[in-house]
Amino acid sequence: MYSKDQNHKRRLSYDRYVKYLFIASACLMALIIFSIIFFVGKQGLMTFSQVSPFEFFFTSKWNPMGHQFGALSFIVGSLLVTILAVLIGAPLGLLGALFMAKIAPNWLREIMRPATELYVAIPSIVYGYIGLTLLVPFLREVFHVKSGFGVLAAAIVLAVMILPTIISISEDAICSVPSMMEEASLALGATRWQTMFHVLVPAALPGILTAIILAMARAIGETMAVQMLIGNTPMVAATLFSPTSTLTSNIVVEMGNTPFGSVWGNSLFLMALVLLVISLGMILLIRRLGSRRYA
Amino acid sequence: MNAKLTNSVATAVMWLVGFMILGILIFFLGYILYRGLPVLSFDFMFGKPSDIQAGGGVGPQLFNSFYLLFLSLAISIPLAIGAGIYLAEYARETRLTKIVRLSTESLATVPSIVLGLFGMIIFVNFLGFGFSIISGALTLVLLNLPVLVRVTEESIRTVPKAYGEASLALGATKLQTIWKVILPSALPGIITGITLTAGRALGETAILIFTAGTTVSRYQADTNFFAAGETLAVHMWYLMSTGLVPDRVTIADGIGALLIITILCFNILFMIPLKILQKRMGVVKHL
Repeated sequence: MYSKDQNHKRRLSYDRYVKYLFIASACLMALIIFSIIFFVGKQGLMTFSQVSPFEFFFTSKWNPMGHQFGALSFIVGSLLVTILAVLIGAPLGLLGALFMAKIAPNWLREIMRPATELYVAIPSIVYGYIGLTLLVPFLREVFHVKSGFGVLAAAIVLAVMILPTIISISEDAICSVPSMMEEASLALGATRWQTMFHVLVPAALPGILTAIILAMARAIGETMAVQMLIGNTPMVAATLFSPTSTLTSNIVVEMGNTPFGSVWGNSLFLMALVLLVISLGMILLIRRLGSRRYA
Repeated sequence: MNAKLTNSVATAVMWLVGFMILGILIFFLGYILYRGLPVLSFDFMFGKPSDIQAGGGVGPQLFNSFYLLFLSLAISIPLAIGAGIYLAEYARETRLTKIVRLSTESLATVPSIVLGLFGMIIFVNFLGFGFSIISGALTLVLLNLPVLVRVTEESIRTVPKAYGEASLALGATKLQTIWKVILPSALPGIITGITLTAGRALGETAILIFTAGTTVSRYQADTNFFAAGETLAVHMWYLMSTGLVPDRVTIADGIGALLIITILCFNILFMIPLKILQKRMGVVKHL
């Protein structure tokens, strides 16, 4: 009897210790994100000891050797590529999601679900490589431009890369609209498309917006594919085909040449901080959307 | 009449988009395999790379890719399962839980290049590991964790409450219940999550350029944690941006095919036993 009791006590103490292990690993998540903000922030903000915030954010002269650190062209490049990618990718993704949720026969849906997962599984470097060997020459031939590198090439490849995000989250949102709403609309004599456009999409809008914001977060942070296609020239893009740079591509291109701790290096960390702030801002935006879902 | 016409046109467009989505994927995979498959030979996959002459292989990079993947998963899986169990089984809606959840979501959207720079500050410079396997693996953990935590939590939540209650009612402790009843039932979902994460980590580049570096050890299959750790994906990028070898496009073709084949294998190999497992245990599919 005594030994059984001891045994039980030992098990209960295991229980407690392991619980602390679980809590510790959960807290690690918070620790990681705070230290990312702290260390990247600290390294990045050191730039401002030698470069004024105005110069960094609002001028576009980027010449680190000549001590000119205007990052405007990178910020504009990032935003431009992201917006264009979403303009191409979001309508396609939304139509695809509607198709998968409501029109596709079962067997086709069974193929398309894993297919969208495969899209995510393709490495971004491979997307970049396809863009480099296929899309860039194609654009050059079709539009008779000098290089084919630039905002358009990067945005098209990004649009494909964000498709799975938009499709899977919008599809979930569309499927979770109560079927009564759909049936009521159909019973009133609306066609399937009218039902989709006037009932399903508005009802699923918070979810669809979440999908689009997450897709934007993915697009603005995408590095390798963009770097291979954007042309890597620190100038504000004049046309869709003029080579430019983004925050991510410039970090990759220049980080290797800069000594750690120099103003140049720190200014690249500042760009990373800008990216970090944008992506965290998007998460907070999604949370706000999520809290009033189907209100 | 007009509404009907619009309906038909819209339906046709959606069919078109649906097939376009499938078509692009098949075309991309086919294109990469078509270019790369002829390059793959034993010498290419396991041979030593060459800096200047044509005909080098990618043996060390192939080894590094899997070694890094293995190390990063070995670190992140226990941590993620612990955190996932806490969120699903223990956590009440306290402030701590909210912070942990928000952190996980935020970490999932941090651009990988930012994770790479963070790894460079902490592991490469601050802890002095240099551009090495261990720096790369530890930084990859940051990429894996949020996905794995979320998948573990979701999988555990889909296990019917009655399972756990029955086990507790029989006198099992909470830990015994989690270990012997809940985790096995949640396993299919967790395995799917691990597969997805592994595929992503294997092709990851931006994180590894400034942590694992762009060179390889001169020893074949060097398991030293502090050896240089260039992976296949990083090598592909390095060749296309600054490579000097004359056959760099051929090598990049080969690496592309190698990456795609590995990822297809991951997806197929893990999905088949999963389907069997799910059928046998009657767990509802949820991913």
